[in-house]
Amino acid sequence: MMTLKTIVSIVPLLAILTSLLAAFGIFALRKSPNWREGCSILAAVVKFGLVMSLYPLIRDGYTVECPIVTFPAGILPNLGFALRVDALGFLFAAVASFLWILTTLYSIGYMRTLKEHAQARYYVCFALALTGALGVAFSGNLLTLFLFYEFITVSTYLLVVHEENEEAYAAGTKYLTYLMGTGKLFFLPAIIFTYALTGTLDFKVGGVFAGVSPFWAGLTLILFVAGVAKAGLMPFHNWLPSAMVAPTPVSALLHAVAVVKAGVFTIVRIVLSIYGVGFLDNLGLGICMAFVASITVVGASIIALRQDNLKMRLAYSTISQLSYVILGVMLLSPDGVKGSILQIVAHAFGKITLFFCAGAIYVGIHKKYISEMAGIGKTMPWTMGAFTVGAFSMIGVPPLAGFAVKWRLLLGSMEAHQILIVGVLLGSTLLNAAYFLPILKTAYFDESADAAHQHEAPLIMRVALVTTAVGTILVGLYSDFFVSLLKGLA
Amino acid sequence: MFPILTTVILIPLIGAAILLLVPKKSENLIRAITLLTAIIDFAASLPLFFDFEEGTAAMQFAERVPWIPSWGAEYSLGLDGISLFMVLLTTFTCVVVYLATWTAVDKHVKEFNIALLVLQTGMVGVFCALDFVLFYVFWELMLIPMYLLIGIWGGKNRIYATVKFFIYTMGGSVLMLFAILVLYFQYHSQTGVYTFDILKYHSFAISETLQYSLFLCFFIAFAIKVPVWPFHTWLPDAHVEAPTAGSVILAGILLKMGTYGFLRFSLPIFPDASLSAAWWVSWLAIIGIIVGALMALAQTDIKKLVAYSSVSHLGFVVLGTFAFTARGISGGIMQMINHGISTGALFLLVGILYERRHTRLIAEYGGISKVMPKFAFVFMIVALSSIGLPLTNGFIGEVMILVGVFEANALYAALAVAGVLLGTAYMLWTYRRVIFGELTNEKNKTLPDMNVREVIYMTPLIVMIFLLGVYPNPVIRKMEASVTNLVATMDKAKEARLAHPAALAANLDVDKKRD
Repeated sequence: MMTLKTIVSIVPLLAILTSLLAAFGIFALRKSPNWREGCSILAAVVKFGLVMSLYPLIRDGYTVECPIVTFPAGILPNLGFALRVDALGFLFAAVASFLWILTTLYSIGYMRTLKEHAQARYYVCFALALTGALGVAFSGNLLTLFLFYEFITVSTYLLVVHEENEEAYAAGTKYLTYLMGTGKLFFLPAIIFTYALTGTLDFKVGGVFAGVSPFWAGLTLILFVAGVAKAGLMPFHNWLPSAMVAPTPVSALLHAVAVVKAGVFTIVRIVLSIYGVGFLDNLGLGICMAFVASITVVGASIIALRQDNLKMRLAYSTISQLSYVILGVMLLSPDGVKGSILQIVAHAFGKITLFFCAGAIYVGIHKKYISEMAGIGKTMPWTMGAFTVGAFSMIGVPPLAGFAVKWRLLLGSMEAHQILIVGVLLGSTLLNAAYFLPILKTAYFDESADAAHQHEAPLIMRVALVTTAVGTILVGLYSDFFVSLLKGLA
Repeated sequence: MFPILTTVILIPLIGAAILLLVPKKSENLIRAITLLTAIIDFAASLPLFFDFEEGTAAMQFAERVPWIPSWGAEYSLGLDGISLFMVLLTTFTCVVVYLATWTAVDKHVKEFNIALLVLQTGMVGVFCALDFVLFYVFWELMLIPMYLLIGIWGGKNRIYATVKFFIYTMGGSVLMLFAILVLYFQYHSQTGVYTFDILKYHSFAISETLQYSLFLCFFIAFAIKVPVWPFHTWLPDAHVEAPTAGSVILAGILLKMGTYGFLRFSLPIFPDASLSAAWWVSWLAIIGIIVGALMALAQTDIKKLVAYSSVSHLGFVVLGTFAFTARGISGGIMQMINHGISTGALFLLVGILYERRHTRLIAEYGGISKVMPKFAFVFMIVALSSIGLPLTNGFIGEVMILVGVFEANALYAALAVAGVLLGTAYMLWTYRRVIFGELTNEKNKTLPDMNVREVIYMTPLIVMIFLLGVYPNPVIRKMEASVTNLVATMDKAKEARLAHPAALAANLDVDKKRD
């Protein structure tokens, strides 16, 4: 393990607050769309810049801290709101803030072409959701993390009900019921237990649970895993497909990157910095959780096979792919953990590309169902090219990002001597191929009935989706770079 | 030393006296004087916060003047880290309420405002009094204007609600008076001194049987006030019939007198009985939390819904108090403050809707965000505060109570969490039904949004919601010493019980010998 070097800086707080300020700015400029979107883009770029300014420190193995409020020690010792950036949080924050720039560009094309209503509200909520996502990434303790976790739930609710029809409200109710319900019923008690049992909620390398009885440690872990419904673990996954009624950019950034990744990130964080790999390994609970995640990996893929609605198929694919993160970290082996964290990055790029494409197809030809997408490979070459990259990455074709992940996860499960998990990973790869390849077949090889009326999405959307597709390739090629940042973590 | 507590108590009474001289017709002048009085009173109470000395559990700003020497009654006032916040909550809420009630009441304006100011004196007095007789005087002084507020300015069914409120609270008061007198004579028989000094009773050894029966008397009196299930049935009626000002004061301050009573009387005077009773009090609190929340879910009247949510929220306070841990008790006090702010704000918001539409049925609304965006925004913050979302005041209090209860009993904490979940459900569901959706009701299409006055009085509440949610430190620090002191009392009683099970019996023998 590397020596711990800590630096106190206000940059993490600024990075979080940038989008909060932007939300006010967007609201103030709500009457003039160009200035309003300008504000969004500016905030996204500034936010990404602030996050990246932490890169040299993270590369050199520093942890950046920023205490905000410490509660009086007499009544609430070791408790407060604090930020802390390590490699794990940095990676998540960098990915989320980078993709916010692209999603904003994409949103401009999408929302304007479709003449969506309440666009100001949309951009405000988007900025707020990003505030929450970065907050989760930079949280220094569980209390702060829970704060931002709930902040995301509330700010994204308005995006889920954006269409304001019965279906959207039903989805919104489901969204809140699942996310806030599990948050209050399981996550909050788990936090309370952790505090009462260990006397702290701070994230520490190696965890804080040492010395706690296996019964309470196990119970708390189960509560944590059940409580973080944003991770989409079955049976708490149903909110995600329902949330697909939201505009596609929301599905892209939030329900493939920010929200769900905040979920799996939270679980990785809890495993690494609250429990500690060593403690969980002794407890033997890790592998049980890995099997629970396996059920979701396989189960969600099987459901994805039967979806004709493209966004629904992507949603179930997301649920399945998210559980790779949980599975990987629960293996508690070095490569498992690395693969798990790399998956947060890799899946973000791959899945946002796929959702961008789904939205571009909807804008271009107004189709939602895969069976209606015959021949679009020829009429929408850019979009389908990017889609192909994303799909291959999901399947795990070398040298794309998904391959780099699956390779490490396979290594990790062998290190952990879990042949069954190896089987799960291979089987799920087959399933991934089984639900992605037919889409490509329909797009490229079937004859289009109406080729004359099919055209590409606006340029600004294509720029966004091609960039993320290129990102998917780069993450695959340079996966070692991301992994090398993580050396001080586990 | 300047008698600051007397000043804070008397200012509203002086304001009321001035109102007597103002002609009935000049209603706005009457309202302005009332508001000004409240602002001056709030300003006068601020030094209490800033000059309050941390790190001591002793009574501060104490005033002591012999009153009826032959009885041992004194005019004795003082604040500790518990009552300090109750006084501040009272003076703060009153400013907001008087501004909020500007247009809501238009009959007998003069009498209405006099009643409010007398009520304010009573409330501040109750929290400051350190003498049983003085306490009882303020306690009753406060009840009379409250009866009038509901009975004269209430809704259609106001007489029924007033009588119910009267019977319940009088019943409680009489029991408490009885218990006070028994204590008083018991003290005399043991020490030969007549005194009504509350603090003297904090270190007064009483046999456990007597403790238990007196504890019960006090408990019922306070349980009615809180209200603890099953003594809560007067509350929804009183709330629904009371004018907005009455509801806010009732929820924001009057209910706290019950929980304050537990902290000031029940625990320190009867520690052994409190320990013995903790299990069933906790269960009553849990039933209150869950039943209150379920009843709130079932309501069609939005004001009744908020009333039942009070039953549920105060169940948490009682549960935290009877956990006898530092976090449980301080969380309880935090939640008393939070409930005053959040539920007070909810009643104000309901009042804003009611003033416009004269209906409280949830079904009459829907899609309000289209016509009243400011209202929707403020309501959102208050609703989130009420469900204890992080970043708002409700969260800190909730966490403290849950940690404190968990340390005492994991099962209770688990059950309380169910209440947290139900609380989230009814509040968000209500919000969804009132604010979102299609604007279908014709009558709602022309509703005016919140006006400047309404924004002004909601603003301090919103500020407090976030301030206490992010930086509760000054509040926690100031209550710390008093809470620790109370916990020490309880721990001592616990230890005595564990170390010498026979000690209590011996105590009984001592009593007998004295007789």
